[in-house]
Amino acid sequence: MTALSRRDVLRLSGAGAAAFVASSLLPNLAAADAASTAAAIKKIIGSKTLQQGRITLELPQIAENGNTVPVGFEVQSPMIGADHVKAVHLFAEGNPEPSVASIRFSPASGRAKAATRMRLAKTQNIIAVAEMSDGSVYMAKTEVKVTIGGCGG
Amino acid sequence: MGIEQQGLKRHLRLGTIIMALIGVGLGGSIANAGSDDKYRAGDRSSGYTYAAKETRAMQDDDFANPAYIWIDQGEALWSTAEGAAGKSCSTCHDDAADTMKGVATRYPAYDKSLGKMKSTEQQINICRVKQMQAKPFKWESSQMLSMTAYVNSQSRGMAMNVKVDGAAAPFFEKGKAFFNERRGQLNMACKNCHEDNAGNMARANLLSEGQSTGFPLYRLKWQKLGSIHRRFRGCNKNVRAKPYGYGSDEYVNLELYVGWRGRGLPIETPAVRN
Amino acid sequence: MAKSKARVKVPKSAKKGEIFQVKTLISHKMESGQRKNKKTGAKIPRMIINNFTCTYNGDMVIDCDWFPSISANPYLAFFVKADKSGELAFKWTDDNGKTVEKTASITVN
Repeated sequence: MTALSRRDVLRLSGAGAAAFVASSLLPNLAAADAASTAAAIKKIIGSKTLQQGRITLELPQIAENGNTVPVGFEVQSPMIGADHVKAVHLFAEGNPEPSVASIRFSPASGRAKAATRMRLAKTQNIIAVAEMSDGSVYMAKTEVKVTIGGCGG
Repeated sequence: MGIEQQGLKRHLRLGTIIMALIGVGLGGSIANAGSDDKYRAGDRSSGYTYAAKETRAMQDDDFANPAYIWIDQGEALWSTAEGAAGKSCSTCHDDAADTMKGVATRYPAYDKSLGKMKSTEQQINICRVKQMQAKPFKWESSQMLSMTAYVNSQSRGMAMNVKVDGAAAPFFEKGKAFFNERRGQLNMACKNCHEDNAGNMARANLLSEGQSTGFPLYRLKWQKLGSIHRRFRGCNKNVRAKPYGYGSDEYVNLELYVGWRGRGLPIETPAVRN
Repeated sequence: MAKSKARVKVPKSAKKGEIFQVKTLISHKMESGQRKNKKTGAKIPRMIINNFTCTYNGDMVIDCDWFPSISANPYLAFFVKADKSGELAFKWTDDNGKTVEKTASITVN
């Protein structure tokens, strides 16, 4: 068996690094940060106080590829006219634009649970904000580590 | 199977054991998550067993798998008449579920009139030009990927079983030589990553065995479906070698050899990979 | 957008009050507006699907705004509460205001 020599591995790494930079989806741009994400959230919730709980995020700890990261969430709610989830907003703190999606629900949804896929430029926090019909707002935050991987063009 | 091939098989097996020992770290833990026995045959394992659980989940659910957009298109194309002869694929081949079943396990196959191997893509274009009198599809076009994926998906779950003896033997030898030859500025062979170091990390990448049984497949990196020849080109560019053309003899022969390396593994088209 | 192909998975039937899952997928590059042409260096203009809706017999079930961080070939799975037999209508809208629509019928018993 011929293992990769130390030099081979180093060379391959170098080639990989170049390829990763060239193929990055979101290059050369200042990423959003915690402050601009907070500003975006404030625009939605105004002066209301964000509470923890009721919303859970489902995310991989490590994303194999930043192009397609599965993200799911669920908000505990009876989803009836008098008490339901109005909307859930997803944010990615480290992307060029923090907003990922705003999903408006109705009692016809039955369940305030959804799943989609997003791009993540780098390792960062994902924040979900739930707006309830009584005006209260809840949030959840989870970090996702992003592997800038994928050999080959 | 010739003596030389048996020798190679032993070599592969020994390699796998050593790799397994090396790869106990990250590779081992990822490869062993969940039951993936059906993606293994003897000492061979599909790229599925190297994929993250989220990537596997995307492949496991036909409605979560984005490749089905292309499969739907392939199904529609199958019965769409095109060309001067006014024929569609279904004019001659009727229901693909019956007539295309097993095709992916046999390709690339030897073509007597060409005097060489032909891939599924090439057979599709032979049909289009000769039978339908239609324009051939471009290799990496949406139509060709859709049709190839639709045809190959009819063999899902069937064991890879390309014929490498008889008339195919010299082409198999060429493919094998390509796989083992160092090339490019980095002077690396396919085998250096996919045989000697499968299960190890090359920077952020977990190296797989380089099995071909899921193609055309949806790569998260590409954000679309792609052919095995696109993958070969990507690998060749990574080692700073000049890639060969789509449908080149070099890649069709390599595809035959790589198919043989994956013998017994189930066809997964359309797979999802990193 | 004309080339975009959509897929939806909706059960054929459900019991009244049952909450069922719907899965949707559409082919689209979701050009983020952040990429540059490798040869010319010019910015590739943003072109994404920015809105998706699902209605059930005309009533809004879910209404989503999407931003460039949504992956290519957008996927969305969500839930609907079975009420009356009828039609679920899906609509995707891109930055040019062009739309793709798809419907699925459901029997509620």
